[in-house]
Amino acid sequence: MDLILVLVQKDMKVRYKSSWLGYAWSVANPLLFTVVYYIALGIFLRFEIPGYPYPLFLIAGQFPWQWLASSIGGGPMAFINNASLIKKVRFPRNIIIVSGVLGDAIHFLLTIPVTLLVLLWYGRAPSWEWIPGIPLLVLAQFLTVYGAALAVASVNVFVRDLERLVALFLQALFFLTPVIYSVSVVPVQYHFWIKLNPVAPLIRAWQKLLLDNYLDPLLVGAAYLSAVSCFVVGTLIYRALSPRFAELV
Amino acid sequence: MTVIRLDGVTKEYARHRHLTRGLKQSLLHLPDLIRSMSAHRFFALDGVSLEVQKGEAVGIIGANGSGKSTLLGLIAGVIGPQTGTVQVRGRVAPLLELGAGFHYELTGYENIVLNGVLMGLTRREVAARMEAIVAFSGLEASLNEPLRTYSSGMVARLGFSVAVHLDPDVLLIDEILAVGDTHFQARCYERLEEFRRQGTTFVIVSHTLAEIRSLCDRVVWLSAGKIMMQGKPEEVIAAYEKS
Repeated sequence: MDLILVLVQKDMKVRYKSSWLGYAWSVANPLLFTVVYYIALGIFLRFEIPGYPYPLFLIAGQFPWQWLASSIGGGPMAFINNASLIKKVRFPRNIIIVSGVLGDAIHFLLTIPVTLLVLLWYGRAPSWEWIPGIPLLVLAQFLTVYGAALAVASVNVFVRDLERLVALFLQALFFLTPVIYSVSVVPVQYHFWIKLNPVAPLIRAWQKLLLDNYLDPLLVGAAYLSAVSCFVVGTLIYRALSPRFAELV
Repeated sequence: MTVIRLDGVTKEYARHRHLTRGLKQSLLHLPDLIRSMSAHRFFALDGVSLEVQKGEAVGIIGANGSGKSTLLGLIAGVIGPQTGTVQVRGRVAPLLELGAGFHYELTGYENIVLNGVLMGLTRREVAARMEAIVAFSGLEASLNEPLRTYSSGMVARLGFSVAVHLDPDVLLIDEILAVGDTHFQARCYERLEEFRRQGTTFVIVSHTLAEIRSLCDRVVWLSAGKIMMQGKPEEVIAAYEKS
């Protein structure tokens, strides 16, 4: 426990050492892309989502996505970047992933006030539904992202190509997940494919919660189903591969 | 009491050359590839059995690549054996590399906490030892600076200072005694002597035979993953020097 705490602290300190804007960067990045998508899609292509101002809709999906992408995207190098630790110090290696994902989770939580401000700007308000909703979805996302990051981090020790594959995969997944569009605008015959996307329920649950103040039990259930699967698969892969990490990193 | 027991331990490494020819070439020559992978295995340790009693100081000597560091890695638990068993009792402080896990953007103080916790202390235990660690390192003046401003000698001193305050039952040392200036080295030896009096068990890998001679009760000579000889320091070192 102490180790996790100290490693998260370390990550935070290191990330913001000698950077001027500090924490603002974790908000600025998704915010910038929100603006870009709004200009490109909302203004130039005149794309609209029924029932929501488009910038607001973008924000609701963009922040959770940012967490997911940065944790999984950072996964492949997580063990390799800590080679000297893994070779020379004995400790549970998955703690590296736990603390990395926790750090990203904290950044995500820090973006919630920004979402709140944008909501208020558009004359909407949060409800009590957020209080059980946010921890519930944070836990689901933590399990999903931790499992996935653990799996890619473990495999990447053996097959280094994975790093590039993961980056490509995340980029593709972004456009195939309802982040910049909603399921309601997707033609009905393709809904089946969106149901197959393991991270779609999670992102949709966030959008429902943040935009409609509604914790959709079906989406939450689906999100947990994929969260638990990710967690179990990730843990199994890690268990199988971790004894040989020290020889290969 | 036996603190460390290795029983018929074998550690085999495949030389990792796979896919150096790229995917297409490798697939075209798949049987070749499999053959070359099994041909390129070598034994870092080959059926090694070793027992170390509580309070004993054992030195490991041998040429480069003879399996010394693999042996320490196995005792430290950072790698596992292919066959055989490794049992170790008590808290192990693996000084395999000074400052493993240090972060160069963090200050000296922050790194002491980070390193101590990585080595298995709680934050409270680190805090309780902080004063002693700082005093031992003799780096008070620089500990608020980020580690990247330190000289390599200073980094090693800090690493050693944390390591010797872990109160280990077993101390594993891999070629790291020659750190810092002569003053600091003298302090390190003093501290190691103190450990010896307290009954800490030592396993030391070193090429500095004088060091081994002065610190160890028993010397193990490894050659190509096997124990060539073990016994009294003078005898084993004499035989090793002749070879």
